[in-house]
Amino acid sequence: MTQAPPAAVDTAGVLGRPVDRVDGTAKTSGAVRFSTDYPYPDLAHAALVCATVARGRIISIDTAAATALPGVLAVLTHENAPTMNPPRAVTLLDLSTMAASSTVNVLNTDEVHWDGQPVAVAVATSPEAAAEAAALVRVDYQASPSAVDFDAALPDAVEQKNSMLAPAGGSKGDAERALAEAAVSVDLRFTTPGHNHNALEPHGTTAAWVGDELTVHDGTQSIEWTRRHLAHRFGVPVSNVRVIAPFVGGGFGGKARVWPGTVLAVLAARATGRPVRLLLTREAVYRTVGGRTPSVQRVALGATASGRLTALVHTSTTLTGRAGGSPEQVVSQSRHLYAAKHMLLRQSQVTLDLLPNTSMRAPGEAIGTYALEAAIDELAHRLDLDPVELRLRNEPERDPLDGKRFSHRRLRAALEVGAARFGWAGRSPDPRSMRDGRWLVGWGVAAAYHPSWQLPAALTLRLSADGSVVLRSALHEMGMGTATAQAQIVAHELGVPFESVRVEHGDSALPSGPPAGGSAQTASLAAAVLSVCAELRGAVHALARRSGSPLGRRPLAGLAARDGGLFGPDGGETYVEVLTRAGRAHLDASVGGGSRLRRFADQARFMTRLALDGRRWVRAASGAHFCEVRVDPDTGEVRVSRWVGVFDIGTVVNAKTAASQLRGGIVMGLGLALGEHTLVDPRTGRIMNANLSEYHVPVHADVPELDVSFLDDPDPTMPLGVLGAGEVGITGVGGAVANAVFHATGRRVYDLPITLDKLL
Amino acid sequence: MVEIRMRVNGAEVSAELEARVSLLDALRVRLGVTGPKKGCDQGACGACTVLVDGRRILSCLALAVQYDGSEVTTIEGVDHPLQAAFVRHDGFQCGYCTPGQICSAIGMLAEHAAGAPSAATEHVAGAPALTRTEIRERMSGNLCRCGAYNGIVAAIEEVAP
Amino acid sequence: MKDFGYRVAVDVAGAVAAVAAEPGARFLGGGTNLVDLMRSGVEHPDTLVDITRLPLDAVDELPDGGLRIGALVRNSDLAAHPAVRRRYPVLAQAVLSGASGQLRNMATVGGNLLQRTRCAYFYDQATACNRREPGSGCGAIGGFTRTHAILGTSPSCLATHPSDMCVALAALDAVVEVESVRGTRRVPLLDLHRLPGDTPHQETVLEPDELVTAVELPAAEVAAVSRYRKVRDRASYAFALVSVAAGLVVRDGAVVAVRLALGGVATKPWRAVEAERVLTGAPATEDSFRAAADAELATAVVQEDNGFKVELARRTIVATLHRLATEGSAA
Repeated sequence: MTQAPPAAVDTAGVLGRPVDRVDGTAKTSGAVRFSTDYPYPDLAHAALVCATVARGRIISIDTAAATALPGVLAVLTHENAPTMNPPRAVTLLDLSTMAASSTVNVLNTDEVHWDGQPVAVAVATSPEAAAEAAALVRVDYQASPSAVDFDAALPDAVEQKNSMLAPAGGSKGDAERALAEAAVSVDLRFTTPGHNHNALEPHGTTAAWVGDELTVHDGTQSIEWTRRHLAHRFGVPVSNVRVIAPFVGGGFGGKARVWPGTVLAVLAARATGRPVRLLLTREAVYRTVGGRTPSVQRVALGATASGRLTALVHTSTTLTGRAGGSPEQVVSQSRHLYAAKHMLLRQSQVTLDLLPNTSMRAPGEAIGTYALEAAIDELAHRLDLDPVELRLRNEPERDPLDGKRFSHRRLRAALEVGAARFGWAGRSPDPRSMRDGRWLVGWGVAAAYHPSWQLPAALTLRLSADGSVVLRSALHEMGMGTATAQAQIVAHELGVPFESVRVEHGDSALPSGPPAGGSAQTASLAAAVLSVCAELRGAVHALARRSGSPLGRRPLAGLAARDGGLFGPDGGETYVEVLTRAGRAHLDASVGGGSRLRRFADQARFMTRLALDGRRWVRAASGAHFCEVRVDPDTGEVRVSRWVGVFDIGTVVNAKTAASQLRGGIVMGLGLALGEHTLVDPRTGRIMNANLSEYHVPVHADVPELDVSFLDDPDPTMPLGVLGAGEVGITGVGGAVANAVFHATGRRVYDLPITLDKLL
Repeated sequence: MVEIRMRVNGAEVSAELEARVSLLDALRVRLGVTGPKKGCDQGACGACTVLVDGRRILSCLALAVQYDGSEVTTIEGVDHPLQAAFVRHDGFQCGYCTPGQICSAIGMLAEHAAGAPSAATEHVAGAPALTRTEIRERMSGNLCRCGAYNGIVAAIEEVAP
Repeated sequence: MKDFGYRVAVDVAGAVAAVAAEPGARFLGGGTNLVDLMRSGVEHPDTLVDITRLPLDAVDELPDGGLRIGALVRNSDLAAHPAVRRRYPVLAQAVLSGASGQLRNMATVGGNLLQRTRCAYFYDQATACNRREPGSGCGAIGGFTRTHAILGTSPSCLATHPSDMCVALAALDAVVEVESVRGTRRVPLLDLHRLPGDTPHQETVLEPDELVTAVELPAAEVAAVSRYRKVRDRASYAFALVSVAAGLVVRDGAVVAVRLALGGVATKPWRAVEAERVLTGAPATEDSFRAAADAELATAVVQEDNGFKVELARRTIVATLHRLATEGSAA
């Protein structure tokens, strides 16, 4: 993309415009390469052997039959695998330590910590031989007593510590007493099951060593973290490791950390001296990559007869693995959503001998909003009050828990706009009062809420004399349209046509981007893009001054970036003219990155700002879901037939990709509401539906037209006003569906998923 | 080892394969045709969908040797208005299921044009119109975890005759 | 999956001779079930005899007005066949409700008959399964049983038969034609599958070297007034929790002919003989339908997670018969 911009370009409106994705043609023609699409000469293929006990030791491992197969290059076990450094403990001094998915040094130990932990990897000249060899490995275990039954372990729950980035609970006043004294109250118990991300691309890695230099193609949401993690594990300098991931086939949190498959592909390549490809089977994804924790939640609400909340209690118990896992902030949204006078929020955890849980799209809030929003609906029903009205009556001016200011808050508008778009006024309030032919019809509403973050990002920008602009950053593209959105921001900030901006991404050889998690990537990058563009405009101006451009005589502050250059009220010059006059082929600018010291400083600055911001503001994306379901009165089958979602995600950078992000969240929320359930056999700790046929993600036929819109109101405290869009869409969906099902049937389901057997 | 010949995206190819090699792995690993994707390798996701003699099939459950003499079209060999329609309607996010969605949609449109009913068809003896409900049912073998279903259906609807 | 020998059969005699000659040989049709089971380690044949090039892919009219369906007719072609859609709508609907468009383009009628259960404990090598490994026990008992059978179970096995097509065929009195080196024989569909008893690994009455060559559908007035109702956890692309294949002819308010078969609830395609007995001659009312359903489900044996299937089956039977009585055929 090197075309020169036309003399006068209207760049107005590039921000927010629903431009097509820059990678659209590549993705619809098969040209895009994912981590296991890269050819290598002498490429070997690997397959995992996973443990079949929840806890114990390997007492013998017989690889003779596997090793004897034609084409098998190696069968690695704890007995013969090269030594790796154990994963580092997580420290705030280096956020990349969060890459470790567990404490287990797989294949460097005879210990088994969960059913599914890899205990061997077979490497062969073909994927078929590798798979056959893996199936022939015989392992004998000495099983130890294990705890794998979540329900049975609930009495052993202990209070959950704060997670690194978010507080775990909080209280105000005496909520239990207020609850007891409330005119109207509900006190409800909800349960939600484990979920798996099930990105369509299974975790896959292609690893190649040349001497001590490692190249890894990996489906990862965290290029830089993966790079540092691998360098540490294999004892090589970080600069020796290159991680390439321009395209990732979906992540949803499941590819944010480094799971055993990635490490074992690298290990296998090291041991065999050949490039190795390891594409996990779907079953191995379930067995070696954690998912969302199950939960038990209590939501108790007390209100006055007029529907003012006096008490809000939300407690949760979740699980984590004995060998790792990340705490989930199930009650987080309940700190901020409703103006209750007395509040009690608490999170507890049990520790089990299961695969470490991990972040999955809106960890905590996805299931926390289900319980909270279903309880609010139940309260509205008891109060005989419209559930939208109940929410509006309790919309807080300041953060209910500690009185902090909201950076901005548009939930009221989202509810009102959504209600109008949906035609909520036509709702008949009584359950089972609406029908369409034989179908029972129900309408439900729920709020969506997800905190917004910003992480440090590094990038460089190059403006060339032909007018083209290249943004370079190891940012992640796993479907969010990151490259497209950032190109729009650059075009906006430099006043150049969108088409003249190219984004190079997904490679640790580029300046390091933020990990793609917490809905933070767009905003994090936006901050860096704003500052790099400012730096570049400054550099253009300085160059203009030095090279005798008329632009140089005007102060930079009086110039606007537009029409492919810098212009004041009485004219200006294009970038092409400035660079051409100065005889420069290009101008570069950069932010972030650099030395170890500078990285450390950046990170310290980030943590400080995070703490400071956290003290000053409550900042979040929010929204309102309106849902219509039809329920078959005979069979209890639920069909979602209509959906309206109105969201406040701050500034919308690209209306098309942002809407897709939100729809994607809603679709995953439909799965959470109606079908998804990871079945962990409580007798063994073994996942019994480790596939896509019995773990029910939504299919085409489950998803109606989703009417998604935005308030498009910039958040004054965020770069460009951008709040995250990746996760807010899934929050509240479970509640909206449960509430619609209640309205349709008169039956409230407290236990996800809402399968038909619960409605018979 | 079995020797097979196929036309893949218009080109004659031959390969010597073990009988156990799936058509998907024959394409991806032996022939370097990486457009078809492996999402489950068990017939449950549709990412590996290719067209064989114009019909959509799952290449993961197909043994390559069974397709000796066939004409195989993968996304790399597709030149269809659906592709641009997918881009316009944002019928994908990560792009991993997209090759399968597009190949499946092409096969589906042909099935519908030939008058085939679906599970969404009220009266199976008649020729159903291609409503959104019909499109959704007929495309339900192609999962999209990013949730781009609306865009996919809109793209198909736009291109359908 | 281990590698295996591969032979292409060019005629039926050659195919059955090849499989008869080698104990580890198996017929290979569309492969959609067998390849999956091989990859999962449940099946490990030494040789596959590819039968897809045999001339068994026609649907022919029978002199009595019935249909003869070649064993290699693809599921999608069967469902799209005009005679099937018009005269046996329950069969077209059943086939269309199974799997996905891609799979139906691959799967054959013969293969569909011999589909094996989707029980998770059958698939998972790390758990016990009497069907996969006789005598090893049943992992499902005491485990997850929500999708398991309530009819035809035994202490050895609760696995549900997964086919939709077979449920329709069970209702239609289909007859399966099989061929081997010993000649041709005809097996009523209802006798093809065995109940698990204490030998759940013996799933059908076929010998390993017997090849299904055709399925015959007799002519019947009731077949044309039929429909298939499948209830499942997703709107599409999921196995049945309960399915009902039904045909109903009502004259002067009374049931003169009825066919009823159930899927998703039994260890084999389940012809609801008791229900039919109760219904035949009875008034075509919801009360009769309910009484029929109750009669059929009286012998149901439930597990911890699948008790809902009794009520779900009852309601689905009643609703399907009611719909047939009021709206008529799905054709």
